[in-house]
Amino acid sequence: METILVALAGGLVEAFQPLNLMMILLGCTVGLFVGAMPGLGSVNGVAILLPITFLVPPTAAIIFLAAVYYGAMYGGAISSITLGIPGASTAVATVFDGRPLATSGRADKALTAAAIASFIGGTISVVLFTLFAPPLADFALKFGPAEEFALMVLAFATFIGLGGDDIPKTIFSILVGLVLATIGLDIISGKPRMVFFDIPGFLRGINFLVLAIGIYGIGEMLWTLEKTGGNVIVHKVKMTWAGFVENVKSVKEYIKTTTLGSVLGYFVGTLPAAGATPASLMAYGLAKTFSKDPDSFGKGNVSGVAAPEAANNAASTGSMLPMITLGIPGSPTTAILLGGMIIWGLRPGPLLFTEKPDFVWGLIGSLYVANVFTVLINLAFIPIFVRVLTLPFTILAPIIFVLCIVGGYAPTQTMHDVWLMLLFGIMGYLMRKLNYPVAPAVLAIVLGPLAERSLRQSLLASQGDPLVFLERPISAICIALAVALMLYPVINGMLKRRRAAQAE
Amino acid sequence: MTVRQAELLMAIATVLMSLGLMWSSTDGLSISWVSGKGPGSGFWPFWLSLGMLLASLATLFRWFTGATPESRSEEPYISREALTVVGVSVGALLALLIGIHLVGIYVSLLLFLFFYIKFVGRHAWAITILLVIGTPVFIFALFEWGLKIPLPKAVTEEWFYPVYDVMYGTDHFWMYIFGIFATLAAVSLAIHKFAQPQKG
Repeated sequence: METILVALAGGLVEAFQPLNLMMILLGCTVGLFVGAMPGLGSVNGVAILLPITFLVPPTAAIIFLAAVYYGAMYGGAISSITLGIPGASTAVATVFDGRPLATSGRADKALTAAAIASFIGGTISVVLFTLFAPPLADFALKFGPAEEFALMVLAFATFIGLGGDDIPKTIFSILVGLVLATIGLDIISGKPRMVFFDIPGFLRGINFLVLAIGIYGIGEMLWTLEKTGGNVIVHKVKMTWAGFVENVKSVKEYIKTTTLGSVLGYFVGTLPAAGATPASLMAYGLAKTFSKDPDSFGKGNVSGVAAPEAANNAASTGSMLPMITLGIPGSPTTAILLGGMIIWGLRPGPLLFTEKPDFVWGLIGSLYVANVFTVLINLAFIPIFVRVLTLPFTILAPIIFVLCIVGGYAPTQTMHDVWLMLLFGIMGYLMRKLNYPVAPAVLAIVLGPLAERSLRQSLLASQGDPLVFLERPISAICIALAVALMLYPVINGMLKRRRAAQAE
Repeated sequence: MTVRQAELLMAIATVLMSLGLMWSSTDGLSISWVSGKGPGSGFWPFWLSLGMLLASLATLFRWFTGATPESRSEEPYISREALTVVGVSVGALLALLIGIHLVGIYVSLLLFLFFYIKFVGRHAWAITILLVIGTPVFIFALFEWGLKIPLPKAVTEEWFYPVYDVMYGTDHFWMYIFGIFATLAAVSLAIHKFAQPQKG
């Protein structure tokens, strides 16, 4: 405990370095904007902005991106409430009660509740994070390649078991990401692999950013251009000091559900397939179930805004836990952060805590600071954000496209990657329209090289005996859980069918 | 095209893609055990592609049995309005990329932004000019100046020689300050002028 406090104090000092502090402020502001813009969420913002962060050292870069992630979780609520369209999928549940509150002229109450709930969610989850991360990293230090591989299988199994998407399509998405990661020179034998049509560009492999920006930048913009054909109506937000004080006082109405939502969100967030969107929906359901007045939900109950907002913030912190301690991202956004860490020359995983304590604790410290900053910036500048939201999409879209193109070019400086990115963007858009999930592919292309290496290392050590994954206890548990997760939808479907048959 | 037809086409496309990947992962590579070296370099991609093939076949099978909602939907895959806006965007992006090869990124960006903001968005001249000039300047400052990443300029390379002289010849501090303030001023002007809250 004491060592954690000492390390945390060091992290806070690191976070208050002028450059890092500036990054937090900038990141929170950008994140709020990114989250508030319909069509842009944390994952899009982080993917598009990652190439720009090469300006600053890795610690400052990850602090900036984490602050963007954080801010985006707050910002999603702004458009959910004032526009009635979620700024990001993570804020879908906020619309249910945020919209009715806004239409009845109490948008300020909803916005204040969202900000305060986000703050509570952020605080609870970051404290949980600080307590859980060091022991988990300690434990993970014992992991060999077999455990690493089993853990990755488990991460992908969560998409099949809990993702809720069509299963063959989910499997396809995971595998295509893993295969794309194998293109280029084989790290072990040094042989060129899958150099399609002998185009030399493929020798270098496919940078994960090409896929991530393609899907989350270009594909997402195309998707949003299609969806936002209609006119949006912004609700006027009147903010007065007296009203604000009253709104803050009403926190006791929803403090219980908020706390519950935060803890729930944190744990759901640590699962790779789940993350902030299901966490916020679950928290909404939970708040409704435990409410004394469940009928008022959906008609403008302030708890219905607070619970999902607390949960999505907590989930974003939760998803960083496996990323920092195990090297397995807990969400698409953290998958991109993880890819960034590899570019910055850091090896993600439990060793980070011992080898790069400045980096890890600086990040953790910055989460505390970012949490405070974001709630302040959010409350102070809500009217400005609402104004920015009315920017027509035909102005925002071309600028995002330009940032994507240049951002896709910057890491490798080849046009080959830019063309590939456009191709992925269009393919991603077309496949998403048919409900192919895209997040597993992005996670897979980041984890692919690590998964292949750990698989081949463990097979080499066991002389090709695949039973090695079942002989070691931790890896056996992971594999067993993974199998259970993969079977869960099948069994669930069979039970449902049987019940339906009995009902007839 | 209906969603149902699109689902079938996509499933066929993914089957072909998987076969292609399987073929290319056996191309000169070993997919089995290499003694002393462990699994061959084609091992991992080959079995993954086989998995892709099986998943695609499952989707195809589910299309025939009508198990997925997409395989039963007769809705249009891309509505006419969506096709226009998405088609125009994709076309403009293609032109932008081809333009980068021909006339360099800055001229190409200028034309792309002008086309998109003026003809697709039909915005006022003031905002169009502000963004058409401002965005490439911002990109230049951020990438070439800040990150030291040269962007492709094709035939326009020599237009930038005077700029390089300034960039690499002087103290950068004041230019950064100037650049930040100019950007902030432009953005706030744009927000002030063009983002008035709509009545309603």
